[in-house]
Amino acid sequence: MKLRLNGEVIDTVQDTLAALLDAHGFAGARVATAVNGTFVPAALRATQPLADGDQVEVLAPMQGG
Amino acid sequence: MRDFYGTTLANGLMLGTAQYPSPAILADAFKRSEASVATVSLRRESGQDRAGQDFWKLIAGLGVHVLPNTAGCHSVKEAVTTAHMAREVFDTNWIKLEVIGEEDTLQPDVFGLVEAARVLTEDGFQVFPYTTEDLVVAGKLLDAGCEVLMPWGAPIGSGLGLNNLFGLRAMRAHFPDVPLVIDAGLGLPSQAAQAMELGFDAVLLNTAVAKAGDPAEMAEAFAMAVRAGQLAAKADPMEPRDMAAPSTPVIGKAFLE
Repeated sequence: MKLRLNGEVIDTVQDTLAALLDAHGFAGARVATAVNGTFVPAALRATQPLADGDQVEVLAPMQGG
Repeated sequence: MRDFYGTTLANGLMLGTAQYPSPAILADAFKRSEASVATVSLRRESGQDRAGQDFWKLIAGLGVHVLPNTAGCHSVKEAVTTAHMAREVFDTNWIKLEVIGEEDTLQPDVFGLVEAARVLTEDGFQVFPYTTEDLVVAGKLLDAGCEVLMPWGAPIGSGLGLNNLFGLRAMRAHFPDVPLVIDAGLGLPSQAAQAMELGFDAVLLNTAVAKAGDPAEMAEAFAMAVRAGQLAAKADPMEPRDMAAPSTPVIGKAFLE
């Protein structure tokens, strides 16, 4: 299926958020996630299903004022 | 000094972490500023370079309180979602709530701000709202559950200082028990000292230090100014007057005409 990961269209076979994060190098990283604009807590990533056309955001600490 | 949701800060300087020439200069600036709070943000992470992970290590090593922001958010939903993500990443209930309403001035959308503050407070957040000096909005933010207010000095990144002295003085007088932070618009240490002299509890700044020719030097200058202003406020400044008043005693002066 095709979905957007941080704005980029990707092709993936991963059907949960946790699996997608592992496949894209985020294992163990300090990140927060959202799917289609809704926050998904870390504890729910393994059960968060992904579907064609989903928009996934993976955010990390960054400089800010 | 008034506390911030039960936390007493070592001093009244809150410093941003953006726009420094390098991570080493950022760390040096923090060291010399002795800032008690660092503001941070959230952005998209790449699984390859994982820049955010390195940044987090740097911030965690500073030994300061971390205040995540919702910078760049223009809607209540966006700000609330960002706050939830920040709480998980930074492991704190503190959130510097920004709901931007206008691009040229980056002034807050105060209607969205009050709504987002209410939603987040009900979710257990301790909200630091970036607001204006408007007393009615301030009152509504307090009603929404905020226990700290952060009025702007001037537009973000402008370096103009305290644009509305009357309004800020009125705010301090109107809310004597509320911790107040001047957030944004400061360009010089003298402006930070002025804010503290007015009785504000802290100043929050970023660009003035990060974009100085020597950020670490400027950070120390701000630290001294904040300390000077804080001491002056505590010392109960004299009342200004329009006419001169001789400081040297006139009694006992010799007649030499």
